[in-house]
Amino acid sequence: MRMRSMLLARAAPWISAALLVLVWWLGVAAFDVKSYIMPTPGETLASLVRHWRPLAANGAITLATTLVGFSATLVFGTLIGMLVGMSRLAHQAIYPLLVAFNSVPKAALVPIFVVWFGLGAVPAVITAFLLSFFPVVANVALAFSSIEPELVDLIRSLGGSRRDLMVKIGIPRALPYLFASLKVAITLAFVGSIIAEVIGGNGGIGNVMLVASSNFDMPLVFAALSVVGVLGTGMYALFELLDRHWASRSARPSGLQGIENAS
Amino acid sequence: MSFIEIEAVDLIYGEERTGTLAVSEASLSIRHGEFVALVGPSGCGKSTLLKLVAGLVRPSAGRIRVEGAEVTQPLKTVGMAFQNPTLLPWRTIRDNVLLPLEVVEPYRRRLRQDRAANRARADALLEAVGLSGFGDRMPWQLSGGMQQRAQLCRALVHQPSILLLDEPFAALDSFTKEELWHVLQDLWSRQSCTIILVTHELREAVFLAETVYVMSARPGRLVKRTDVRVARPRTLETTFEPSFVGIVQDLRHAIGAARCA
Ligand SMILES: Nc1ncnc2c1ncn2[C@@H]1O[C@H](COP(=O)(O)OP(=O)(O)OP(=O)(O)O)[C@@H](O)[C@H]1O
Ligand SMILES: [Mg+2]
Repeated sequence: MRMRSMLLARAAPWISAALLVLVWWLGVAAFDVKSYIMPTPGETLASLVRHWRPLAANGAITLATTLVGFSATLVFGTLIGMLVGMSRLAHQAIYPLLVAFNSVPKAALVPIFVVWFGLGAVPAVITAFLLSFFPVVANVALAFSSIEPELVDLIRSLGGSRRDLMVKIGIPRALPYLFASLKVAITLAFVGSIIAEVIGGNGGIGNVMLVASSNFDMPLVFAALSVVGVLGTGMYALFELLDRHWASRSARPSGLQGIENAS
Repeated sequence: MSFIEIEAVDLIYGEERTGTLAVSEASLSIRHGEFVALVGPSGCGKSTLLKLVAGLVRPSAGRIRVEGAEVTQPLKTVGMAFQNPTLLPWRTIRDNVLLPLEVVEPYRRRLRQDRAANRARADALLEAVGLSGFGDRMPWQLSGGMQQRAQLCRALVHQPSILLLDEPFAALDSFTKEELWHVLQDLWSRQSCTIILVTHELREAVFLAETVYVMSARPGRLVKRTDVRVARPRTLETTFEPSFVGIVQDLRHAIGAARCA
């Protein structure tokens, strides 16, 4: 019984994905949708195979762009988050600005970056960074501003310095917050680079989609989309794994299991 | 000569004029190795008085001296325990207990060399509080009472000369609580340190302490001092003896009066 439910849980995402493809296929077939409106999964797969070289090359470009923007988020998001979380003054001075800036739609900024930095990877890297860094700042800041006052008292009463407080408590306590936000940030960075590539790029998977759709090559658009899906899911899964590796050491097991066992 | 000397201490949180007067004209002196309990109504400034002794907050008026030297910054070697266990969830129980050694000198300088000795020390403490074998568990795998025991070990591991306990047993059921009274009594008779215990519970105060101080409602003043002349080691039987019950009753009246005042 246990074994079977575990297998089912393993297979569940694949089954639901297969069902989605099936519905897509049946839908296209049943309503006789033209391939330049909506291709079938088969046509998409064929296009994927036929154009695998440019798809792979441009996928790699997008991946690289995303990772560069994301690295910037990792560094600056963590640093700014620490600053905002630890210093009241920094919080008052910086945080409102960050919130205001975060509510600007980044897509609207891409043309400006293109004017400043020209077509190419730079606007995409910047967009990836801008879109992804706020959740990291917010989470890391929360981690540092919510340190229990007792723990601060504890370290101080032992004659510990501010640095001890950081090393012994602040940083290890912030890691799960950081990893949780990185999961979100990596997907946002990916979305950011693709947006920039669609609006003003000359490479990357977003650019493939732009060119293909202006040629009414819908199968290629969908093939590119599936590459996007696979890459995005892969990166999310990677950070999910990191997150879980860290969390499993410190956190109690999720209450969700309790709910399932109860039923 | 007294070990801890508190002289006419006031403490105001916030601004001088508009702030909350949490402690007012507190004066008391504590001998080396004395076990003091501090009782009083909620919000009367008991925790604040502990923080004052630890040097975590500076008095607004008056003076605090430990071993003759005025306290102007956090004392380096006090042990503290709090109402919630506050164990670090990412460390094993043993590593939680060892945390003070990573911060306090001279242990901190010798962490590498003393690794094995420190480990043995932590395990000995864990055994003393009835947690032998739990050193490698994570805090969430322990019950609340067990976490409190581990917290006591953490407070004691660096052999502090002063132990400040802020209602460490308040959240526990009465069986566990009474068991831990014995544990604490044993630890104290072994590790001759000076203890200030804040508590709501009068039986606990009388059971453990040599001297009980009663604080009035805010602003907290010390309104009564009781010497507990009950032989040690005290047992649960002791708590039913008339002399013990008499002291508890006296304190109860004093607190009743303090609350209305
Ligand atoms: N950091 C703080 N800032 C401002 N006021 C505070 C602060 N800490 C405590 N107070 C105030 O000082 C008074 C005494 O607080 P304290 O925590 O010392 O009480 P307590 O006797 O420990 O109460 P309890 O028994 O409920 O723990 C309270 O009225 C509280 O509101
Ligand atoms: Mg308190």
